[in-house]
Amino acid sequence: MSDVIVKTEKLGRQLAGEVPVTLVEDISIEVRSGEFVAITGPSGSGKSSLLYLLGLLDRPTSGRIWLNGIETSTYGEDRLADVRLAELGFVFQSHFLLPEFSALENVMLPMQRLGRLSTADIKARAMDVLTDLGLADQAHKLPKQMSGGQSQRVAIARALANEPRLILADEPTGNLDTKSSATVQEILRHLAREHDRAVVAVTHDPVFAASADRRIVIVDGRIAA
Amino acid sequence: MNPLLLSIAVKHLLARKRQSIVSLSGIVLGVAFFLAISSMMQGSEQDFIKRLVDNSPHITIEDEYRNPRLQPVQQFYTHGAIEVRRVKPETETRGIRGYQQILDYVRKIPGVLASPSLKGQALVSFAGKDVAISLNGIIPSEVKSVSTIESYMKQGSIDDLIANPDGIVLGSELVKKMSLQMNENLTVAATTGQIHTFKIVGIFHTGRADYDEGQAFVTLKRMQSLLNRANRVNTIVVKLADPYQSQAVAAQIEARSGYKSVSWQEASADITSALLIRNVIMYSVVSAVLIVAAFGIYNIISTVVLEKQRDIAILKSMGFHARDIERIFLTQGLVLGFAGCAVGLPLGMIIMVSLMSLEFHIPGNDPIHLPLDWSWYQFAIAGGFAVTAATVAALLPARKASRLHPVDILRGTQ
Repeated sequence: MSDVIVKTEKLGRQLAGEVPVTLVEDISIEVRSGEFVAITGPSGSGKSSLLYLLGLLDRPTSGRIWLNGIETSTYGEDRLADVRLAELGFVFQSHFLLPEFSALENVMLPMQRLGRLSTADIKARAMDVLTDLGLADQAHKLPKQMSGGQSQRVAIARALANEPRLILADEPTGNLDTKSSATVQEILRHLAREHDRAVVAVTHDPVFAASADRRIVIVDGRIAA
Repeated sequence: MNPLLLSIAVKHLLARKRQSIVSLSGIVLGVAFFLAISSMMQGSEQDFIKRLVDNSPHITIEDEYRNPRLQPVQQFYTHGAIEVRRVKPETETRGIRGYQQILDYVRKIPGVLASPSLKGQALVSFAGKDVAISLNGIIPSEVKSVSTIESYMKQGSIDDLIANPDGIVLGSELVKKMSLQMNENLTVAATTGQIHTFKIVGIFHTGRADYDEGQAFVTLKRMQSLLNRANRVNTIVVKLADPYQSQAVAAQIEARSGYKSVSWQEASADITSALLIRNVIMYSVVSAVLIVAAFGIYNIISTVVLEKQRDIAILKSMGFHARDIERIFLTQGLVLGFAGCAVGLPLGMIIMVSLMSLEFHIPGNDPIHLPLDWSWYQFAIAGGFAVTAATVAALLPARKASRLHPVDILRGTQ
């Protein structure tokens, strides 16, 4: 039986204001290692909000989240940041690479911030990850010198840098052509199946969603299916 | 400093080269002018105080009282409502009574040297010319320890007054004005009507025209004889090993002797307060230059924060702490501040060297150069102020950046 990487119980997020807005409500899910889960639903249904909650970028207004079996609601901002650094990897719709840094430097950033490896080891590992994703020849290029698909693969490499157990992707193929989209999709599936990581991806793409092990459909902030 | 945060900060600045250079130029010019002007003002102040301390007595004990002396009836009825009218001071020979005892007391204070003198007005006559001067009766062997006059001797020496009790030492301007020469005799008439002939045994030149024209030195005994004041002096000149103790020592002497003891700080209180005001004005002006430069830094870092919101969001989602983000932008301020110092301080030194090379010719005085203070703390003040201004300028945008919520940016609400 594989480990539960992330678990939520009656998770809710409401934005305060004169008219409170409910982003997500009553979400209870579990994602295990080796699982590739797609979150789908119409625009504005709360898919990304759920992803931000799972990624500890946002705090729930109700319910709880367990990451690797540990409840996270009592964590302060710094602790949450440390957990994100060591145990989570994010991939966004836009690659969000730092434009002044080369592909290699972008991948090195999370490892440098974590500070567990020497500079030489960080560089070697970043190069290995880029090579695994077929980007060895792009290592010293700036993001503006690469295609969208290449940049998104660099973003995946950066998400994998600290070997997180949970990878969260928000529309990772949203800005890519069909070929690049298929490549990214294959990489994420491969990470889940071959590397025993949990991958949760928000997507509008039915082909992408169909390739997942499990699909969670969100409508109006609630799980519809 | 964290090398990772430093590298991000530097890359942000390098990405906006032109704006960074403009901001840097402001700091460079600010530091350079701050240093040059501050060192010039401090240098002139120090030079002025040095001249004041070197050439003036540190303490002058005068033959007068700071407050009118109490009448016996007032001393007896200390709490009485007494008014004494038409008090006429006793007619007596002017001078410090028992000056020898006061001298003995003063000389027992550690680090203190003292010498008595009798000063008075006199008229010097030579070849039909008459010039009014201040005549100083001194003890030649002692005066050298409390005055710098010996170092200004162009011809002869103060010691020549010992060998020739009828000798006189004059200033170079007076000698020139009266067409005198060494070893010539001249007539000196005192205010008492006494006339005496002196032989010129020394000529001094201090560079201050008024002093060189208006002062002359004879022996104390001869001066007492000229003024009919045997065994009297009207001034005791005191020199201290530490001139900045003058006020305390003056108060001590005055409390003991009763005679007004004026420290050099008291004597020049109006000048020192003017110097203080001058410094406040100077630092306000040069600080304004750096404050304007700091606004440039605030502007560029605010712009970078605005442009880099997406990067801030990604760094935070990656696991960077809020304080890491704050440090990145504070580091940018520090980098600009330190780079401004690295270029601005040498530029300031070049300006200082140029200022030092200027020569000013003032009639009646030797040519003068601008005195500059090259002490390390001038550099430290200029550098410290620049780095502080740059850091403070970076603080607000850095705080703003650290408070950005990544989800708001990722959702596109900021």
